[in-house]
Amino acid sequence: MKKLLILGAGTAGTIMVNKLAPVLDQSEWQITIVDHHETHYYQPGFLFIPFGIYTKKDVIKPKRDFFPTGVEVIFSGIDIIEPEKNQVKLTDGKVLSYDYLVIATGSQIKPEETEGLVGDGWRKNIFDFYTIDGACALAHFLKYWEGGRMVLNVVEMPIKCPVAPLEFEYLAEWWLTEQGLRDKVEIEFVTPLPGAFTKPKASQLFGDFLDKKNIKLTPEFSTGRVDAANNKIISWDEQDIAYDLLVTVPTNMGDDAIARSGLGDELNFIPTDKETLQSKAHENIFVIGDATDLPSSKAGSVAHFQADILYENLLSAMEGRPLRAQFDGHANCYIESGFGKGILIDFNYDTEPLPGKFPLPGIGPFSLLEETKMNHYGKMMFRWMYWNLLLKGAELPIESQMMMAGKRV
Amino acid sequence: MPTREINGQSIEFDNEGFMTDRTAWNRDIAAVLAKEEGIETLTDRHFDVIDFMRKEVEEKGTAPSIRRLNKLNVVPTKELYQLFPGGPAKKAAKIAGLKKPEGCI
Repeated sequence: MKKLLILGAGTAGTIMVNKLAPVLDQSEWQITIVDHHETHYYQPGFLFIPFGIYTKKDVIKPKRDFFPTGVEVIFSGIDIIEPEKNQVKLTDGKVLSYDYLVIATGSQIKPEETEGLVGDGWRKNIFDFYTIDGACALAHFLKYWEGGRMVLNVVEMPIKCPVAPLEFEYLAEWWLTEQGLRDKVEIEFVTPLPGAFTKPKASQLFGDFLDKKNIKLTPEFSTGRVDAANNKIISWDEQDIAYDLLVTVPTNMGDDAIARSGLGDELNFIPTDKETLQSKAHENIFVIGDATDLPSSKAGSVAHFQADILYENLLSAMEGRPLRAQFDGHANCYIESGFGKGILIDFNYDTEPLPGKFPLPGIGPFSLLEETKMNHYGKMMFRWMYWNLLLKGAELPIESQMMMAGKRV
Repeated sequence: MPTREINGQSIEFDNEGFMTDRTAWNRDIAAVLAKEEGIETLTDRHFDVIDFMRKEVEEKGTAPSIRRLNKLNVVPTKELYQLFPGGPAKKAAKIAGLKKPEGCI
């Protein structure tokens, strides 16, 4: 019996197991998937929790609901991956051997990487919204807040879902307006990037929106430490910014097990071929989603597009054929812009977000790089698609390779 | 692509002022580029960073991140910002004759 082992049952791991289980012959292949948590979180929904649009129950489901039959599921942490022995030791003491390994262990926030961030102010007037606990604690805080300086800072790049901080700002501005608090709050967006976003055209558009909403943008600020006693964030070059409420996007890093196994870079992300998704160090290891070091966005849509490529290449590898499928860095993001509207961007390694219609060229219904009500509906509808189609590995009407059709250059 | 004369050598740059051929680089060129970036004198500490960055590009194809420089004890992040005020990753790459660091998305 040959063994396929998948580490991580988040978005990427769950899609992979659902794509592979129906095609791998059960008399030949044993598929095992490992994760330490029993709950699947719809992470794009965390953004809506601070503003009372979603609650915790809207973003969670049991992971078990999403595993196909015939797959061995183990809930345990990962102690260490030993590629030389083709085996993985789990924290519960089990040792699993594999013929092929898919690593989908994702990325997490590491607030403890920044001096002073996890201290007296943490979850008092400093919050993250990348964890369920952080998002819920911030929702509670905002219910009673009477205003002041709201600073959102991105500590360092890369981060999961690079548009999320912008969406948070746009939604906060809308929510504060609805609450009658907007004139009592100064909003500032502090980022290490040279502008609102990484790609020039989109950065310009998002920057204009910040302007329009009277949100101050402070670019090129690399947070060195937090002085929680005096409510200030301080950059490596000693600039400081005062806050009353700090919403922070801390350093993102890959799983600790990757570091323990010596498989990652300094952020525990795994060096991965940007086209084939094969590990650069080991032929029978493939990496997908946030766990990779690819220069693509860390986002569910990216993991979903990568899954199509990895599916092809993994089957090729198993059958001794060359790896022909190539990932192009495709990402597709709905950006909530507040007041029931949204912006959509679609891009890859080489092509920055461009205006146009999506997914049907010339028709839509969604508009690229433009604010529309329909884009907002797309975002809200997506939660249903995520639970019912995407995680189950079903075909969506979106190509995994980015298409130029419908885009205006 | 802009070509400029530096110390009698003709050097090619991209549109953002990064050298396109790192093998054409030498320490005298670095000194000229540093002045243009507002760094009057390049010290040994500057060259610890520059030399390490060039070595990594040579060996691995990509320049080290600020975090990597810190982790490998080449230079603590705080000092790096003092050595190359403004944007150390970009500035140091420029002076080291390397390509613009690949931004993340």
